[in-house]
Amino acid sequence: MLGLDPAKIAFFVEVLVSGLLSGVLYAMVALGFVLIFKASGVFNFAQGAMVLVAGLALVRALGWLEPRAPFWPALMLAIAFSGALMTGIAWGVERFALRKLVNQTALTLFMATIGITFVLEGLGQQIFGAQVYKLDIGLPRESLFVLESVFDGGILLNQLDLWSAVLAALLVVALAVFFQRTQVGRALRAVADDHAAAQSVGIPLTRVWFIVWMVAGFVAIAAAAAWGSKVGVQFSLVYVALKALPVIIVGGLTSIPGAIVGGLLIGAGEKLAEVYLGTAIGGGIEQWFAYVVALLVLLVRPQGLFGDRIIERI
Amino acid sequence: MFYREAGHFHDRYREDMAIFPIREDRIGIRVLLAIAFVAVPLLHVAGVPPFAGDYLFSAVLVPLLILSVAGIGLNLLVGYCGQISLGAGAFMGVGAYAAYDVSVHLPGMPLIATFLLAGAASAVIGLVFGMPSLRIKGLYLAVATLAAQFFLDWAFLRVGWITNYSPSGSVTAPALAVAGWQVDTPVERYLLVLAIAALVALGASNLVRGNLGRQWMAIRDMDIAAEIIGIRPVQAKLTAFAVSSFILGLAGALWAFVNLRSWEPYAFSIDRSFQLLFLVIIGGLGSIIGCFLGAAFIWLLPLAVEGVPRWLSIPISADAASNLTLGVFGALILLTLIFEPHGLARIWAVAKHKLRRWPFPY
Repeated sequence: MLGLDPAKIAFFVEVLVSGLLSGVLYAMVALGFVLIFKASGVFNFAQGAMVLVAGLALVRALGWLEPRAPFWPALMLAIAFSGALMTGIAWGVERFALRKLVNQTALTLFMATIGITFVLEGLGQQIFGAQVYKLDIGLPRESLFVLESVFDGGILLNQLDLWSAVLAALLVVALAVFFQRTQVGRALRAVADDHAAAQSVGIPLTRVWFIVWMVAGFVAIAAAAAWGSKVGVQFSLVYVALKALPVIIVGGLTSIPGAIVGGLLIGAGEKLAEVYLGTAIGGGIEQWFAYVVALLVLLVRPQGLFGDRIIERI
Repeated sequence: MFYREAGHFHDRYREDMAIFPIREDRIGIRVLLAIAFVAVPLLHVAGVPPFAGDYLFSAVLVPLLILSVAGIGLNLLVGYCGQISLGAGAFMGVGAYAAYDVSVHLPGMPLIATFLLAGAASAVIGLVFGMPSLRIKGLYLAVATLAAQFFLDWAFLRVGWITNYSPSGSVTAPALAVAGWQVDTPVERYLLVLAIAALVALGASNLVRGNLGRQWMAIRDMDIAAEIIGIRPVQAKLTAFAVSSFILGLAGALWAFVNLRSWEPYAFSIDRSFQLLFLVIIGGLGSIIGCFLGAAFIWLLPLAVEGVPRWLSIPISADAASNLTLGVFGALILLTLIFEPHGLARIWAVAKHKLRRWPFPY
């Protein structure tokens, strides 16, 4: 094959695939951002904290229910509990923050979401505890070897990552259906296009905000389930959200497919850069590689790959 | 209530444009400075209770003043020029490590020159990372400054010569000496920091009242309109980044050399950036006095959250206290944004205004 060592190709593919799969996880967090930005123009910094709170609620509820009930009903109940909590948070955010900040600049709203982040982090850890919790939602964890006929020794895959990818795909399909086929979805798209026009035809802005934060909360539960199974539920989930920022910059702030493609690009690029460049300049470049990519994309194409063009008028 | 400004008639332009146009304000600020520079150290020597020990100076006043300086740096960029930055902590780190490198590689350099060089190094890095602001703004720029934060965090830890090849990235500052004055005790450090903070505050308030400051504010208020009336956005934005990073670098060098003494890269992580951003939001965007009020607020609040339950003898664990601080911080940011978007500085101004008209409100 092009005169290259098959073992090297196999290693490259392995790195690439593991990068793509972790990119799926970034994309799941990025989806929450995009949803809220699309429907309300708020750059939601609190998405990371929502993932943390959703994960903590899920893992603690599951831990309490597991000895008392069979596994699957316990899991469903835990998810329901976490969903109810996220609904409550969405209501609180809309009622006590966004509603009071109507007509403020995007920057003010952004800073308000930083405030929300801190409230959620503080309260979440106070209520649910700040340790590292192990989350097992019944996904298989064994490693898998594929393509053994092509490459010597095959390519190592993590089943958990594959299942996360499936979960993410289902989530995207569900969101697409929700946005395109339901009445609420249509209202959300109308508000995204033009707040004032939507309001004048009788779409209640406050309810739309509540719904969209709730949906973002459910996305946060899915992201928390996937991330939590991989690395445990802990405070560092908040930093996963910081990884999602470059993803949406690359993909475009307003595009759901953009979040997915951006996630895959960042995930794969990051792992490849770490393996092939990182050894040359000291390692650990995963920390900033995504941001530098985002910076370059911003300089060349500020709206990202799939985003709406930014037009300013005086 | 305390004084009226009736009878003050300015007949010269420079009287009108003074930092403190009212005589009572000028006297007030002199009294305040005299208290800070003379009375507080004297109270320490005399052994009056809160001033007697070293705690007040080393744990409260020194960090508070340095944070105020950093706040001024960030406020010039965010409050006056409208360029949001989430990388302030990293620029403080640049100043800290630059000061360390100067002291290691150029021994014998005077301390003040070291601090100035640290500021200059930070200004250069700030210029580089300010470049994206020419093409992007607002939230997008915030992400670009996060790139600076993460890249610099990584550099402090991994690039050997920055830390003089210390394996964990933690380094120790040399002994402090300004022109033969050994700055050892907390009170002496307080005086050094106080002098620098006063100079920075004076410089910054003059800067924002001058040509450059007005350019920044025009860019902040509406960049396209500013461009049309002849302000060059490239020049205005880049000077804002450079001056802001200079002051942040100076504050970083002070934080490292005077407050921490030995530190590791974590001291300048993204948490510091957020802390500084809250400082300027709560203190008041576009206000110099707000930086001091905001610094006092964010530095004293965690002490209060820990201290008050202890006085009321309610047992509270360290974890709960830190969670509580986080929650209270977040809630206060929201409350500030909702009820007083101009921050503590505005509350202060309103209070002063009301007092002047007391007892006849309108």
